[in-house]
Amino acid sequence: MTVPSQELIGTVTAESGIQGQAPLDETAVPSRGRIIVRRFLAQKSALFGLVLLLILILMAYVGPHVAKWGYEQPDYESFLVTPNSSHWFGTDGTGTDLFAATMRGAQKSILIGLLVAILATSMAAVVGATAGYFGKWIDGVLMWIVNLLLVIPSFLIIAILSPRFHNNLTLFVVLLGMFIWQITARIVRGQTLSLREREYVLAAKYMGVSGTRIIFRHILPNLASLLIIDATVNVSTAVLTETGLSFFGFGVQPPDVSLGTLIEAAQTSATTQPWLFLFPAGFLVLLLLAVNLIGQGLRDAFDPSTGVAV
Amino acid sequence: MGKYLIRRLVNYVVLVFIATSMAYLLAATSLNPRSHFLGRNPPVPISTQDDILDRYNLNDKTPVLERYGTWLDNVVHGNLGRDYDGGSVGANLSRRMWVSGQLLLIGTILGGLLGVAAGAIAAVRHKRASDIALTQGAFFVLSCPVFVIAILLQVGATRLNNAVGHRLISFSGQFDPAKPGGFFSHIGDRLDHLILPTITLMLAGASYLMLYQRAAMLDVLGSDYVRTARAKGLRRRTALIKHALRTALIPSMTLFTYSFALIFVGATFTETIFGWHGMGEWFVQTIQGSDTNAVAAITAVVGVLILLASFLQDVVVALLDPRVRV
Repeated sequence: MTVPSQELIGTVTAESGIQGQAPLDETAVPSRGRIIVRRFLAQKSALFGLVLLLILILMAYVGPHVAKWGYEQPDYESFLVTPNSSHWFGTDGTGTDLFAATMRGAQKSILIGLLVAILATSMAAVVGATAGYFGKWIDGVLMWIVNLLLVIPSFLIIAILSPRFHNNLTLFVVLLGMFIWQITARIVRGQTLSLREREYVLAAKYMGVSGTRIIFRHILPNLASLLIIDATVNVSTAVLTETGLSFFGFGVQPPDVSLGTLIEAAQTSATTQPWLFLFPAGFLVLLLLAVNLIGQGLRDAFDPSTGVAV
Repeated sequence: MGKYLIRRLVNYVVLVFIATSMAYLLAATSLNPRSHFLGRNPPVPISTQDDILDRYNLNDKTPVLERYGTWLDNVVHGNLGRDYDGGSVGANLSRRMWVSGQLLLIGTILGGLLGVAAGAIAAVRHKRASDIALTQGAFFVLSCPVFVIAILLQVGATRLNNAVGHRLISFSGQFDPAKPGGFFSHIGDRLDHLILPTITLMLAGASYLMLYQRAAMLDVLGSDYVRTARAKGLRRRTALIKHALRTALIPSMTLFTYSFALIFVGATFTETIFGWHGMGEWFVQTIQGSDTNAVAAITAVVGVLILLASFLQDVVVALLDPRVRV
């Protein structure tokens, strides 16, 4: 319900201005979203992280189209060559161009990171809020499942199942997502327990709004900052888990590559052929650094009082 | 209170039981212990294969539920089963837990001390050069996966050894069995092998804890009781250590206790890369080697250790935080 501004006698609104003059733009209050964006961009490290991430994404997705050698066309005339103008990152023992291989792995890591983060954060939000809002047996059942998934070693389950995927990315994303949402779900549940007693939630409830609608319209939007930050953390968790699993041969299977398999393959020759290790590892570290810096910047932008300002 | 604790304990035991059973069933249906006979020359007759697999309760021709029943019966009687070449899973388990404990004990403690100290110093020197350097350093280390740190350290050590001309730092295995000398030279050799894995574990643990400790300390530094402590005439140092740090230690101590209680679980990447035959390495090997019984045993042990860790955590919080004591 909105009240027409003319009826508010004696109130100075942005529209009427003082003495009915032209609207005063200066009095307009910037929206919360805008304040957060401004605070985020004001931090050098967060801005650096954002630019770095964009550069890395650009490299991973545009780079292969610019480069001379594709991943599936090994150069049989140059084995283990150091980086040069033709092979930007050098080649490995089979003549595969390392730039092409690294970018292929990077594409996978970026995609998996983003998808898993979205999946895991959504699950955490829905399950946590549902358990917290409805309480009683729904809460009991959902939290019991959360606790069970926390006890099951996720690494083990994914490792056992991965040889069956045959590099099916969707299955991999779902499995990774399945195992990283539980702790956030607990936090969301705790927050929901206090939010559901607030006046606006109670008002909506007594107006007859359904529970599901209250969760999506009133509770989750109020947890937006928590969820956005959590999603950023989940991106780096997902990338770390994917590369870690692939490092042991449990994730991405040959003939496909991941940053993890590239690093594993370079492990023994890291001293003698350092480029084989440094490029994939460097890309991975920069990617994680960019995501972490963005996450930290978001945290400070949402809550400038408590953040760990870098 | 006692009733609540017992209910929690029972609930947790049920959870561990279900998790272990799920791990067993998943491993029993997905892993293929018969693959060990593949490519043997001369080929092992099928009947012999069945015989051996039956002896270890690993035969995929026996229905899964029957194998599960046998396994469960054994476990209840304190027998964790055999691995694919007949070794006792229980004996392997205790040996490897001990190896992991040895490896992680020093690294975890040093990482904890370093993290807490660096975090507290950074908070006290908020927004000055040392704070920024420490925080950004921690952030960078946090962005380096453990396997990248470990391999980088190996490369560095190899360079150092080459520069010096002899092997100054060893980074493969727990000790050098061929090394001559008595007891003290053996201890020195062991310590030498501990250097790189310990640094790896320390860096990873410390960077995480440092950011935590710094945030907690910053919260506390602005509080009234620290100001009161200063106002009543305490020196800055005393006020900071006795009043601020003690309170700010609670969240990091809970984190630290948790990771400390899990030292017997092992460190998968560190152990594999540095050739320590502990739990973490075993975990990877059992899956690669299709060792169903060992996989289930590891799941159970890790579950129980997590249970103990969270109990220990509660105790430590109660000791540090008088508000929690009832």
